[in-house]
Amino acid sequence: MFRLEPRGERSTFWVYGSPVLAVALTVVTMGLVFAVMGAAPLPAIETFLVSPLLSVSGLASLAVRAAPLIMIGVGLAFCYRANVWNIGGDGQFTVGALAGGGLALLFPNEAFWWFYPVVLAAGVAGGVFWAGIVAFLKIRFNANEILTSLMLVYIAQLVLVWLVTGPWRDPQGFGFPQSAMFSAGATTPDFFGTTMHLGCILAPLIALGVWQIMDRTVLGFQLRVVGQAPRAARYAGFSNARLTWIALAVSGGLAGLAGIIEVTGPIGQLTTGITPGYGFTAVIVAFLGRLHPVGVIFAGLLLALSYLGGDAAQISLGLPNAITGIFQGVLLFYLLGVDVLILYRLKRVRGVLLVAEPAE
Amino acid sequence: MNLYEVTSFVLSIISASTPLLLAASGELITEKSGVLNLGVEGMMLIGAIAGFATAHATGNAYLGVLAAMAAGAAISMIFAVLTLSLLANQIATGLALTIFGHGFAALLGAGYVGISAPTLPLLKVPLLSEIPFFGPVLFEQNILIYFSFAMLFGIAWFLRKTHGGLILRAVGDSHDAAHAMGYRVIPIRYAAIAFGGAMAGVAGAYLSLYYSPLWSQDLAAGRGWIALALVVFAAWRPFWLLAGAYLFGGITYLSLYLQGLGVPIPSPLISALPYVGTVVVLVLISRDRRRTRLNQPACLGKSFHAVA
Repeated sequence: MFRLEPRGERSTFWVYGSPVLAVALTVVTMGLVFAVMGAAPLPAIETFLVSPLLSVSGLASLAVRAAPLIMIGVGLAFCYRANVWNIGGDGQFTVGALAGGGLALLFPNEAFWWFYPVVLAAGVAGGVFWAGIVAFLKIRFNANEILTSLMLVYIAQLVLVWLVTGPWRDPQGFGFPQSAMFSAGATTPDFFGTTMHLGCILAPLIALGVWQIMDRTVLGFQLRVVGQAPRAARYAGFSNARLTWIALAVSGGLAGLAGIIEVTGPIGQLTTGITPGYGFTAVIVAFLGRLHPVGVIFAGLLLALSYLGGDAAQISLGLPNAITGIFQGVLLFYLLGVDVLILYRLKRVRGVLLVAEPAE
Repeated sequence: MNLYEVTSFVLSIISASTPLLLAASGELITEKSGVLNLGVEGMMLIGAIAGFATAHATGNAYLGVLAAMAAGAAISMIFAVLTLSLLANQIATGLALTIFGHGFAALLGAGYVGISAPTLPLLKVPLLSEIPFFGPVLFEQNILIYFSFAMLFGIAWFLRKTHGGLILRAVGDSHDAAHAMGYRVIPIRYAAIAFGGAMAGVAGAYLSLYYSPLWSQDLAAGRGWIALALVVFAAWRPFWLLAGAYLFGGITYLSLYLQGLGVPIPSPLISALPYVGTVVVLVLISRDRRRTRLNQPACLGKSFHAVA
């Protein structure tokens, strides 16, 4: 059997190697899942992971799906570095969409060039506000941010349902739970003659910007110290409260931006189903990207592919698109498991059953 | 309110509180051993679909409950291996379990949407169940409602009065000391996680086989997360957990009741009441930092790796 032995230092090889190994193990596992469900594994994996990439429109869809994941994921990476566990990205995304979308609905005929930036800013403000509640409750009342941010996801979703079935419902919408379409002045432009929109351009730029902040500024340094050595941060006089505010504001603002771009871009209106769980998938994106903005870009693309693959599997193989959720969950499991190799090495020993047990 | 209304009011609260009590009791034991498992929602969904599918296939709701228990415990073992043997971060792994549970339950349940399975029957005690009020409340319930109370009292007794409970608390409060005394920290935590998984599975079966016995993908609706909040609310004490579960059951029922009354508040906003309530209660409870610090198992969320 094997036993874990501390390496004494972080293995750089496994910091980068573990996501690769985790993805490989996930693909093998998905082959087994497909086989169990009665589909031939190799063609099914090809349908799931390769077929969406074979056309220009497929690549554009990949960018469209990846944009919100990267934006939210970068914010979460920033936040988790400070040991602040915001898992309410979906709620901040929704409130961002509501704040900006509400403004767009209020002025349906506005066509000035500056109107759309104002709508985007409102979206960011919405996300910051929703995450700000979490920050306030954590700092002022010591309330656990995991639970409060999660409860706020449900609350945001119900507010959205109320608005699109009530006050904001499109009078010409045949009673469907959706708002009117946004006007041209409040819609994101498309690029390169494809479905790619502003978000696809902004997401990588934001990632690079946040990378610079994390790497090159005092703020980024403080963030890492608070996350990795809270005591040292206290002795150094860093304000924990201030950093918590910043971490939540950044992650909430980016989720809000993703939300408003999503509804003013691909969706074009407010409906009850504006997010397929982007906020939760972004948690996986953040971890798979090693809590590093550049890693998040790659991870975001891979998980975006899992959404497209789920759709492709549904259309051409008749499998439920819930397969996407399985892929995402399994991938995170493998990643967390393989990550043990960063700090420990496996050592062969005789007669010891549990890896974390001492050798007697 | 006449007696009939009071009776149905109390029955509705019991009915809404039971899944919270079941899941939270399991999580209480897990956390007492020093492990924070955020995957309760995922394990509940797995239990719900396992129970539903088994009951649908066999026609027996009790077999469904047993299957749910086994499925919850089995799925919790993924979490246990990752966090205990491979020392993965408990918060991230718990989240992964919830994401995985959502996907897995949706996949398995894809063929069952809108179908109903056999439901858990009410166990009617002859004669006693004829007593007004007390009869229906105490002597005519389904088995899981009795089970939830039996487990709660059992857990309270186990933690306070038995040697095993003492060891469990020692492992949760100081795994190094417990290890030094010769207790096997890792196997004990495996057992505590399995127990929590089984209880979350049963809570899921309660939902799919009794509370809303038509399969739908979002059956748990955040109840797993509310159960986690309840453990904090109760400050890791069993009888506070009971009070908390019934408080939240009451709030859930209140939101249904208000919608039924036709009060001039839009129903989606009333549905948000339990979630708002959870935030408010968390704030009130957490405000007293000392209370949390005194009661929380000291090793909660920390990995244990014996060096020698």
